[in-house]
Amino acid sequence: MAEKTYAGVTINVDEEGYMTDSSQWTKEVAAEIAKEEGIEELTDTHYAVLEFIRQKVSEGATLTIRAIGKSGHTDIKGFYKLFPGAPLKKATKIAGVPKPSSCV
Amino acid sequence: MKKLVILGAGTGGTIMANRMRKELDRDEWDITIVDKYKNHYYQPGFLFIPFGMYKKRDVIKPKADFIPYGVNLIYGEIDRVDGEKNQVLLQDGVILNYDFLIIATGVKIFPDETPGIKGKLWHKKVFDYYTIEGSSALGDFFKTWEGGDLVLNIAENPIKCPVAPLEFVMFADAFFVERGMRDKVNIKFVTPMSGAFTKPRASKVLGGLLKEKNIEIVPDFYIEKVDNENQKIVSYDEQEVHFDCLVTIPVHKGDPMIGRSGLGDDMDFALTDKYTLRSDKFENIFILGDAANIPTSKAGSVVHFASEIVFENLMCAIENRPLTGKFDGHSNCYIETGFGKGALIDFNYDTEPLPGHFPFPGIGPFGLLKETRMNHYGKLLFRWMYWHILLKGKEMPISAHMTMAGKKLHDI
Repeated sequence: MAEKTYAGVTINVDEEGYMTDSSQWTKEVAAEIAKEEGIEELTDTHYAVLEFIRQKVSEGATLTIRAIGKSGHTDIKGFYKLFPGAPLKKATKIAGVPKPSSCV
Repeated sequence: MKKLVILGAGTGGTIMANRMRKELDRDEWDITIVDKYKNHYYQPGFLFIPFGMYKKRDVIKPKADFIPYGVNLIYGEIDRVDGEKNQVLLQDGVILNYDFLIIATGVKIFPDETPGIKGKLWHKKVFDYYTIEGSSALGDFFKTWEGGDLVLNIAENPIKCPVAPLEFVMFADAFFVERGMRDKVNIKFVTPMSGAFTKPRASKVLGGLLKEKNIEIVPDFYIEKVDNENQKIVSYDEQEVHFDCLVTIPVHKGDPMIGRSGLGDDMDFALTDKYTLRSDKFENIFILGDAANIPTSKAGSVVHFASEIVFENLMCAIENRPLTGKFDGHSNCYIETGFGKGALIDFNYDTEPLPGHFPFPGIGPFGLLKETRMNHYGKLLFRWMYWHILLKGKEMPISAHMTMAGKKLHDI
């Protein structure tokens, strides 16, 4: 296990940079991870999606892009614009939850 | 008289009907199984049909042949489960009361979830092979196809048998080589994942195999629609891939009945404890197989391993004992790689597929995570075992729990 410092706080992360202790997450930590992922500023919509992801994960749900598109915060196209490239991987990293393991 | 009701007479439901009828006294327990279809499909066989390796008759048998004497078999559509009243409501108005319920309604494809899949090219240039109709139509198409861009696209995870798309493209490679037209067929594997497979070591090995076979992987492609006019698939971030033949693995969801019953998630997979396989909602409901939202492969091998846990825990619940069965997510998949060879992977919730030998350490006869002829024969042999041993709930020579014996941690 590795450690990284975001917003002056030491955070436990795995080898791919995903937080391993979700309770260490704060909005400030999220903003700094987002910068590393190439997202300069997190808007209210970004945060709404991040909160949705955190809530779903805490309920033990399997995250899919489809589910986020139906969350009411954004649609799938919007989700891609918010977190360009690989939205689910980026958004989960910024939300401080484990990398989604698409069911094998 | 106490009542056990099983919903779904596929792999899981049939295994449980056989095991429970043997276990429970006929004077005390009534067992009923419900399904809307009369045919039992050997679904792994659908993969072989487009390439003319299996015929329809190899994969279809009447369901009734596999349900034992002493079990009531009802053909009917399920409206919903009323967990508060311990009742199953069928659409024709019949009500089934139960003391315990097993839900094994599986998973289905929903091509309508992606705009354009069922457009004017459906079953002309756009095919699925997760139904008997789709795989047969594709088989007919391949007989006279002259080549072009052959695109396989996975719309969304989870899907049934996550290795089947890889097998499809490797079979296609071999099929067109043998027909002497591989130079006219450009095979692309277009996936929402970032590689050939999700688990790292297997992804590396399988990705390498695709490369050797000159199959292009297009990763991180999340399909928005099929453009029938221009024969393209388009992703949400506006990537486009042209096709002359599109083989789609459409969005999979559980049975809508699970949603109507309030037992599932937003994809109609039943909310299930991944260790005990009991419903999160009601203590007298167990979920077996693809219908469950547990993080493991949706595949017959998993259903078979999980059925042993459901059997153990259902007996615990019936006898008022704490549940002792704990599912480890064991999955065991033969992967056809073409030209009479195959690979094999064996893994669970915590251990990714590793190289080695199976089931006997150092001997095999099957090789893990590598291509061998023996693995191919294993897969062919499995069809016989499925119809004659597995469905009837007889003992299989593989443990429900994964073992590390024969697996190597460090040599890739």
